Amino acid sequence: MNDNGAPSDVPRDVPRDVPRDVIHVERIRKDFPILERVINGHPLVYLDSAATSQKPRQVIDAVSDFYANHNANAHRGIYTLGEEATEAFEGVRAKLAGFFGSPDPRTIVFTRGTTESMNLVAQGWGRKFLREGDEVLLTDMEHHSNIVPWQLVAQATGAVLRYIPLTDDGILELTDLEGLLTERTKVLAITGQSNVLGTLPPVKELAAAAHSVGAIVLVDGAQLVPHNPVDVVDLDVDFLTISGHKMLGPTASGGLYGRRELLDAMDPFLGGGEMISEVFPDRSTYKDPPHKFEAGTMNIAQEIGLGAAIDYLESIGMGAVREHEKQLTAYALERLQEAGAVVHGPKDLDIRGGTVSFWFKDVHPHDLAQVLDQEGVCVRASHHCAQILMRHLGVPATTRASFYVYNTMEDVDALVGALARAESVFV
Amino acid sequence: MALDDIYKETILDHYKNPRNKRELPGAAVTCTRNNPLCGDEITVSANFEDGNLREVTFQGAGCSISQSSASMMTESVGGKKVEDAMALAADVRGMLAGEVDPDEDAFGDLVALKGVVKYPIRIKCAVLAWDVLQEAVSGGGAVGGAPRH
Repeated sequence: MNDNGAPSDVPRDVPRDVPRDVIHVERIRKDFPILERVINGHPLVYLDSAATSQKPRQVIDAVSDFYANHNANAHRGIYTLGEEATEAFEGVRAKLAGFFGSPDPRTIVFTRGTTESMNLVAQGWGRKFLREGDEVLLTDMEHHSNIVPWQLVAQATGAVLRYIPLTDDGILELTDLEGLLTERTKVLAITGQSNVLGTLPPVKELAAAAHSVGAIVLVDGAQLVPHNPVDVVDLDVDFLTISGHKMLGPTASGGLYGRRELLDAMDPFLGGGEMISEVFPDRSTYKDPPHKFEAGTMNIAQEIGLGAAIDYLESIGMGAVREHEKQLTAYALERLQEAGAVVHGPKDLDIRGGTVSFWFKDVHPHDLAQVLDQEGVCVRASHHCAQILMRHLGVPATTRASFYVYNTMEDVDALVGALARAESVFV
Repeated sequence: MALDDIYKETILDHYKNPRNKRELPGAAVTCTRNNPLCGDEITVSANFEDGNLREVTFQGAGCSISQSSASMMTESVGGKKVEDAMALAADVRGMLAGEVDPDEDAFGDLVALKGVVKYPIRIKCAVLAWDVLQEAVSGGGAVGGAPRH
């Protein structure tokens, strides 16, 4: 390990055409203490990173080092510890901005994750600017966190929610986009990568189309950001939400990228200490963004942990992360289909990430997950907070395996092997 | 922990060969509820005679725990006095909460559900059919009129 907490000897620039081992998985795995766990007599096979990722020692150490050596509130104490805490916290803001290609750290608001970021935009921007009859355009594969906040705002403003449908392959049906994206559309809010199907929608093209009708563009980055290189300038999106705990960081770390002029124009979300400039009995004035949106004591230690997570991911290289997951996904699609599983979503690896939902021989996902757990294999079995999508797929739930930097081809083998056990019990 | 802690033969038998899984034409009460965790849905129908549950049936789809629990439920409460069925429902819930040690005679096949107590997230699956029964009998969601006691 080197001093900045990154795994040593991991190449920064990996050629795109290397067929195998684009990242040093075995070395990476040694950084994750939890992978030493034995579950029900089997080594842990963690295939639920889309729910939350595991944490490398570098992240755990960064959080513990903050509490052990630097803990103080940020932006308050006129003393050494307070300054250290503030500097470390603000350092992560700059790091996040850089990670997304934003030239300005003030475009990053710290939040507890995507759900809070979504609510911040829906309430801060939507409540202020949406009018009766205005439209918010979503898709049929959104997570509930990109639906419910807009429903709340629509109920308050009279705005209308519309949805881009899906094809049978689980990609966006865009043939009638002109009918859906119109002068009435004020917000396009879409996932960057489906948390169920892994689908990667054409965000850049959709953002350009939305801007051409004057809509703002919010991208749910909860699944996109941990697994793909993301450049907000290139994508030209207005808001991007970030969940730190899905990208090797602590729970309750995360944030929101927002275009400066929009952050300036919006109302604050949560009111309280530190977000104000002056308080009078009947009104207050607010700090400039991003601090306008950061009320009360923030998630300082968690964001510092996220900073270590970003260092870790950057040392691997996000292009290499994506390539590694592509290989695992290719192998998983092949093995799962051989085993008789029906995989939902696109099969083209260029338009899907490493989140694989499937239905296996009428074994209910709950039963399947329970049997897999007996073999040490962790998968998610549920509607994945995407009930609209489940209705489209015509299933009550799916079993989902999702991959990350620490997963191996052997993990896929363990999954497929455990499926055979489930078949012997239930079919 | 072993797999047969939860997937006992009795459970797999009721799952693969569910009892009383059918419509109940002319049912006095019918009630449908789902488990928001997994989207499983169970409909329970019942009719009554002299304060007894004469027939209880279920429909729906779901995991082996929710389906076998529903199947066992219809068998164990069919023919019982409504009060006794409700008391059994409370005992099953108590068993699943780890608070009631089941009386094997009264519980019959239902004892097989005891293993679920070790898997807190699955307790909702096991309880679903009993929740629907209670709601149906107490008149919630009834489409065929109030229960005739």
